[in-house]
Amino acid sequence: MSGVRPEAADPDALPGRDGAPGPPPRAAARPARRVTWRKLLLRPCFLLVLLLATWLWFRGAGLDSVARNSIADGNVWLRLRQHVVLTVVSTFFVLIIAIPLGILLTRRRLRPAAPAVVAVANVGQATPAIGLLALLVIWMGIGMQAALVGIVVYAVLPVLANTVAGLRAIDPTLVEAARGIGMSAAGVLRRVELPLAVPLILAGVRTALVLNVGTATLAYFGGGGGLGDLIASGITNQRMPVLVLGSVLTVALALLVDWLASLAELLLRPRGLEAS
Amino acid sequence: MADAPGATIQLENLTKRYPGNPAPAVDCVNMDIKAGELVVFVGPSGCGKTTTMKMINRLIEPTSGRIRIDGEDVTGIDPVRLRRKIGYAIQASGLFPHMTVAQNISLVPRMTGWPKRRIAERVEEMLDLVGLDPGEFQGRYPRQLSGGQQQRVGVARALAADPPVLLMDEPFGAVDPITRDHLQDELIRLQHELHKTIVFVTHDFDEAIKLGDRIAVLRERSHIAQFDTPEAILTNPADDFVSGFVGAGAALKRLNLTRVRDVGVVDFPTATVDDPLQTIFDRLRRGTTNEVLLLDRHQRPYKWLRRGDLMRAEGSLARAGTLVHDTVTRDATLRDALEAVLIDNAGRVPVTGRRGRYEGVVDMETLMNSVHELLEEDRLDAVEHQHLLEEQRAQQVLEEQEGTTDAPEELA
Repeated sequence: MSGVRPEAADPDALPGRDGAPGPPPRAAARPARRVTWRKLLLRPCFLLVLLLATWLWFRGAGLDSVARNSIADGNVWLRLRQHVVLTVVSTFFVLIIAIPLGILLTRRRLRPAAPAVVAVANVGQATPAIGLLALLVIWMGIGMQAALVGIVVYAVLPVLANTVAGLRAIDPTLVEAARGIGMSAAGVLRRVELPLAVPLILAGVRTALVLNVGTATLAYFGGGGGLGDLIASGITNQRMPVLVLGSVLTVALALLVDWLASLAELLLRPRGLEAS
Repeated sequence: MADAPGATIQLENLTKRYPGNPAPAVDCVNMDIKAGELVVFVGPSGCGKTTTMKMINRLIEPTSGRIRIDGEDVTGIDPVRLRRKIGYAIQASGLFPHMTVAQNISLVPRMTGWPKRRIAERVEEMLDLVGLDPGEFQGRYPRQLSGGQQQRVGVARALAADPPVLLMDEPFGAVDPITRDHLQDELIRLQHELHKTIVFVTHDFDEAIKLGDRIAVLRERSHIAQFDTPEAILTNPADDFVSGFVGAGAALKRLNLTRVRDVGVVDFPTATVDDPLQTIFDRLRRGTTNEVLLLDRHQRPYKWLRRGDLMRAEGSLARAGTLVHDTVTRDATLRDALEAVLIDNAGRVPVTGRRGRYEGVVDMETLMNSVHELLEEDRLDAVEHQHLLEEQRAQQVLEEQEGTTDAPEELA
């Protein structure tokens, strides 16, 4: 894993060096880049150490049959995979719901509806996640589906709010310039508005991803699986190692996802906006 | 690549009303703009000049009235198609920060489906045209340019698809005065080469005088107070509103209207730094003046050399003479030239052409003579114009007195 990460960071750093042609901006961009580079490497190293330490501690801890039972038959891998699936699928749905909705709410005709919709999304997030999940289970039955819907409802707000804010923050004279030189409405959105809103949208996506990793631990209570299973069985059976394993894995996953998202932010952010 | 010449623009009863406002923002504007003409809309802020301009490319849809470009009624056609044929440059350049200079310039050609190679060529051509080195600037982002450079790229983008019409909305409003002056000179040079039809909006009357072939002085609701050549507006303002806008110092402003190219540029004995010293000596001894202008390797004015200078410097060109500290271009206004001449202690300034090459010299005498001629001409024109107006007025009064049949109709 450690071999992959520096490589992943590399293509990001290289075009930055080639891509900044003028001498003064290059000088300005360099130090900023170096800091991000170090930051990028710090996170995976920390995670590696954390996981290694947990593994060593876990191996040393004396496990009885109950504890062993709850991690038997590759249960840890299964729960981890479920958790990742929950996170990825829910984030996918959050994206395809929140971003188009955010775009629609910034179009001239639907602009008046924006406060109302954001308010509804706010309710989604203000509701305690576990309560929301319970309601959904009553409504949709036990299983991954209810858990997914709950996670999605919970995470729509940050992406939606950031998409709306990102599109609104664009200098209106730029949009008018785009129309003035003959771009169609779709062209303005695709070539000007979305690229300029990318940094804020990505920040929202990053928040949503981390939220989703956290919320996905609750999926267990709705029968949705995930690392919540380990945590819960650790608590109910009073087996510390299992509980710690579950929580450390969740934390590590959240940090890893956050790190990947920060990479995506660096890579996808339009070049010309960097100097700020 | 032959550039398309300008097209005519006709505005017929163009009106814009905003809902909830009984008074129209633009009230029934009629205007004929000739092909290849640079027309400046000038007026106080809020007079509707920008609204009027934006109706030409229908960024603002007119409430009523028609717009014709090259005779074609464009009031009803697809606005996107219309705008691709009209260049548009705005204040603070309007460049897209996430695109490189080349990407910004190539936007319209790409949208209209030019082949790739032609687009690449066009980008270089456009950068050359606005005086930026393509190799250096193509790959830069707008953030990496100065305000003046951004504005140049903005103009290049507006011209990229070779539109017959160019709309410019206070394009030089956000740059410092010196850069603005340069950009204005550049625009004049461009227009000499391209002959586009340009509608230029500004609130700066001096800018209007400097740039416009004709100036439309607009008052509230875009009523045209006067639409005439800058000379006519300066010497013969239609009413108090216009003369108020012209402001004081009309004679000095008049100097802004004439360019160095229009007055005689006199020749001056020159030598280049590569000439052997002996040749320069000979020229100084034989010439009618006791001074030569020394040019550098690129034919740019470098130093004034007097007869005694070489002696005193013991034959070394590097030490002899006084450096040329100011030059003007052929597009410079007489006002600029006068300023340069006044500052120069011998009362003359070299005129340069492309890439700073020497073309001649302007001196105090030439300037004085041409200014006197100009003012005299203007005075005669104004007198004639006055006569014409008085005759018309007399005619009108006569008609009104004779036939009262028309009067009720006029009142209604």
